Amino acid sequence: MIEFLMPSLGADMEAGTLVEWRKKPGDTVKRGDIIAEVETQKGLIEIEVFDEGVIGELLIKEGAKIPVGTVMALINPSGATLERKEITPEQTAIVIQPTEEKIIEKVREEKLEARTIKASPLAKRMAAENKIDLSQIQGTGEEDAITKGDVENANAQKGKKITNSEEKNIPQVQAIRSAVAAAMSKSNREIPHYYLEKRIDMTKALAWLGETNHKLPIQKRLLPAALLIKSVAQSLVDFPNLNATWDNGLQLKKEINIGFVVSLRGGGIIIPTIHNANLKNTSEIMEALNDIIPRARAMKLRSSDLSDSTITITSLGEGGADVVFGVIYPPQVAIIGFGGSSQQAVVENGMLGIRHVFTVTLAGDHRATDGLTGSDFLVTLNKHLQNPESL
Amino acid sequence: MSEEEITQTIFQLLKKIAPDTEPSTLKPDENIRETLDIDSFDTLQFLVSVNEKMGIEIPEADYGKTSTLKILVDYLLGKMK
Repeated sequence: MIEFLMPSLGADMEAGTLVEWRKKPGDTVKRGDIIAEVETQKGLIEIEVFDEGVIGELLIKEGAKIPVGTVMALINPSGATLERKEITPEQTAIVIQPTEEKIIEKVREEKLEARTIKASPLAKRMAAENKIDLSQIQGTGEEDAITKGDVENANAQKGKKITNSEEKNIPQVQAIRSAVAAAMSKSNREIPHYYLEKRIDMTKALAWLGETNHKLPIQKRLLPAALLIKSVAQSLVDFPNLNATWDNGLQLKKEINIGFVVSLRGGGIIIPTIHNANLKNTSEIMEALNDIIPRARAMKLRSSDLSDSTITITSLGEGGADVVFGVIYPPQVAIIGFGGSSQQAVVENGMLGIRHVFTVTLAGDHRATDGLTGSDFLVTLNKHLQNPESL
Repeated sequence: MSEEEITQTIFQLLKKIAPDTEPSTLKPDENIRETLDIDSFDTLQFLVSVNEKMGIEIPEADYGKTSTLKILVDYLLGKMK
């Protein structure tokens, strides 16, 4: 049996609430299938399976709070999964369970408390969002299932206005705010940052983008962000110490997974991951952005969208501030910041010219690397951006 | 499509991109992106939706002609002729 654990969806997340199982015992699952929906500070997240096999037992009741690392289900592995497990033993070691004993205790408590509660998925979600205990509600639906109306009534008794994430949702904004607060406080407490900045001439890169986009239908056009992500990923190939995490020492990562900061319209940020960005071309990165940014803004992400990023990029775009110095997203060891681009007077070979310029910054974890590494990285990044056609 | 119909379509498409705003309160000379606080990604999504809804091709070189409501409506009217 494989233990299926509640995945970590970032350093800022400790637990989620199981809203609904999407699989039942006996169901066959493969890598990437959605096994459950979990309500978190980052919205309702679809949890994916990373093993192949048959669901043995579901250990958590719907409505229960599940700390990261909790065993949620047991899966009978198929042959393919067993082989893969043997080949990559470090895969299982990646799961971080700093407080294993406590977690097991908590799970037992939850299991004792939980009883079978019948409720519609919408009722469950609203209950989770409004912190209402479903076990205290008498259902009026079919087979005494709890309905949306029952949750609204229960909440009215508490004297609060009901919220639903499909409407404009203040608690969700607050939840995101506290998730950001937790991660950034941890970063500022634990990570000794150093900061570097470099002015980069983007004239050639923007001209290349213009030529490329001229040939493309509007649906396929590239934004500068896609080129920036690609150039950072390509540069990181030569700087493995920046593509890493700090966990009692520097842990280098094989994959280059870029977290890209997306600001939410209601306030707050969310950082979806673009996996293996160095292996994707600029168009494929743009496709990934087209997929992930609208889902991030709608708070409709899957667990893999929020996991395993190895470095973060924040980009202000045009018309904003000139320079941004990022705060590292723990346990990562660097964050790259792109300021807004503007036309500036630049001296080159003794001649004055008007060029499109922006300022790139790097905030590095000084436990992991020194300023020289960061400086060399920015020089390499500049070289790539001067040769956009070869990316 | 009349000028009024184009304007209403633009409002609808902007509302989809920025549901928390009220595009119909845009003044003709206000910068759409700045007023509704829309970033470059959502601007591109908006122009894609204009393309799909009205069948008008907007080359990247013309993005500057989409800045305000008045400029954008005039531009789209011109492309329809």
